[in-house]
Amino acid sequence: MWDYTEKVMDHFLHPRNVGEMPDADAVGEVGNITCGDALKLFLKLDEAKKTIVDAKFQTFGCASAIASASALTELVIGKSVVEVEAISNDDIAGFLGSLPEEKMHCSVMGMEALQEALANLRGESDGKASDHGHAHGHEDYDPNGLDRIVCICFSVSERQIREVVRNNALETVDQVTNYCKAGGSCGGCKEQIDTILKDELGRMEEEDAASTEEGTVSEEKAPLTNLQKMMLIQQVVNDDIRPGLQADGGDLELVDVDGDRVVVKLKGSCSGCPGAQVTLKRWVEAQLREKVLPTITVEQA
Amino acid sequence: MKKHVIYADNNATTQVAPEVVEEMMPYLTDLYGNASSIHTFGGQVRHAIDTGRERLANLLGAMPCEILFTSCGTESDNAAILSALETNVKRRKIVTTRVEHPAVLSLCTEMQQRGYHVEYCPVNHQGRLCVDALSKMVDDETALVSVMWANNETGNVHPIAQIAEMAHQHGALFHTDAVQAVGKIPMNLSKLSIDFLSLSGHKLHAPKGVGALYVRRGVKFHPFLRGGHQEHGLRAGTENVAGIVALGRAAQLAEGNMAEERTRVAAMRDRLESGLLRSCPDAKLNGSPDSRLPNTTNISFEYIEGESILLHLNQFDIAASSGSACTSGSLEPSHVMRAMGVPYTAAHGSVRFSLSRYNTNEDIDFILEKVPPIIHLLRDISPFGRDQ
Repeated sequence: MWDYTEKVMDHFLHPRNVGEMPDADAVGEVGNITCGDALKLFLKLDEAKKTIVDAKFQTFGCASAIASASALTELVIGKSVVEVEAISNDDIAGFLGSLPEEKMHCSVMGMEALQEALANLRGESDGKASDHGHAHGHEDYDPNGLDRIVCICFSVSERQIREVVRNNALETVDQVTNYCKAGGSCGGCKEQIDTILKDELGRMEEEDAASTEEGTVSEEKAPLTNLQKMMLIQQVVNDDIRPGLQADGGDLELVDVDGDRVVVKLKGSCSGCPGAQVTLKRWVEAQLREKVLPTITVEQA
Repeated sequence: MKKHVIYADNNATTQVAPEVVEEMMPYLTDLYGNASSIHTFGGQVRHAIDTGRERLANLLGAMPCEILFTSCGTESDNAAILSALETNVKRRKIVTTRVEHPAVLSLCTEMQQRGYHVEYCPVNHQGRLCVDALSKMVDDETALVSVMWANNETGNVHPIAQIAEMAHQHGALFHTDAVQAVGKIPMNLSKLSIDFLSLSGHKLHAPKGVGALYVRRGVKFHPFLRGGHQEHGLRAGTENVAGIVALGRAAQLAEGNMAEERTRVAAMRDRLESGLLRSCPDAKLNGSPDSRLPNTTNISFEYIEGESILLHLNQFDIAASSGSACTSGSLEPSHVMRAMGVPYTAAHGSVRFSLSRYNTNEDIDFILEKVPPIIHLLRDISPFGRDQ
């Protein structure tokens, strides 16, 4: 049995805002009965078409699908269109406390229905996610590009896979399946998912590296306090440097931090190793310079 | 205080019969000897195991020497299939069905990866085995035919005697996973040509952790577990004495209650089934109304999803199960529903009620009262089923 939070059970047993809305300003429909879950979201806006004054939903699905849809309506009512554009599946899951990992796709379905309804409001979509299953980007639909269907069983496109990987920092194929169902039936596309996953993770890393460089610049603008610097140094030593040395039978102890001067004591096979000084400068110091401050120097106690 | 639960999930597991608890209890307390020991303390235990074996043999219409005690139905299935392949190395084919339990299916997949040829017999929309198709699959290359006696999801009973004959005509061995059938329908193995039969204690009111494998006398058996002389060296490992005593007692009780299964339990099932089909629109029976276990009914409530139904039932302490994808964490409805070609509109909303002799007419009344409003409520939420 699933470990649902009280809030999930509450929204499942007493769903808010259930029903159809004949005079809706926008409709977003995703999923289908074959896939095992579907959601139809209706939005009503104020006269200026800026604020969502009412929302209703219909859902076919399990307890977490019903609860996610109910949560979604509660999240959007009273908010401006601009505000709700940023609502993610994580916001829906967060509103409910949490969802079991295997059920995250229910919250993703909520986000996609909302995206679809917003596209419908902008006049970009008829409110129904088409067969390629993707919620937006219909105008430039490209069956050979990102809109290519990777998982045929559940009609999941490459774009959807890349989005769940990026938005939820996913690391494994199983996680991708939990979040968007891709690969969850015949499993024939798992290798493809793996390739896409690795590629997307690679891109994210490159972007991170690029933004860290920018970050260093901004750090110079707002320098670390002494306390922040010491804590960061300790964190890098414990999380990144020591495991690396321990793998070779060595170890290191942080003795002191004096300004930008970091004093360490080498232990284990590092102590007395003729290569230790090189390691200290080329690797330990380089790590700290990269992750804390470019002006750090490392010395042996 | 113990909460009263309307337990209608007996194909998943059963309540341990009070008589069974009573009988096994001394073997969890005072009589803790090892049957292999030479002293009286061990001898008492050996005698208890012998009695358990005789009682189970009686239920099956088998000889005590044909019974090996195991740890569960899955072990029995694995042991039987691997032994059949091991003693028939020249034959490289297995014939089974698309609706078997995963204990059989996943081992067959593994064997396929090891180079065996496996054929899966289809079923019709009622879940009945296509026996003609099966007869064409069995040939002189076939080492083993493995077909379950009764299906756990639909309760369908397969024509085991006929299929066993078919296997033997081609010199193949025949195994049946009878985990759901034993104790619910009468059987007399001395009159049938079944080579291996698997069963599990906890499906017939014995505790979890004990099962048995019937190996017909004269059939070669290649042990699955090695390391001791227990069970004549055919299944090594110190005997689960309390479990064996329990299974023996449960078998004895099942023999005595067989008539009740066919009359009172079947009548409750029929009343539940027809009541639900009558009171809930767009509800359909999954499985064949004939040739079925007396305790099982499987009904699809279209346009809604099984987990939602079960969790609403759970609010009223009614326990049942579903072939829906969501209950298991998999994303596909059960392989049995798919093999039967149950449309997706219905497969996701399938609910299985499986009764036992411990259910009462009041239980059935309660389920019949609670289910229709739940179905109605969930249909109100669903976007489907209005104008299709």
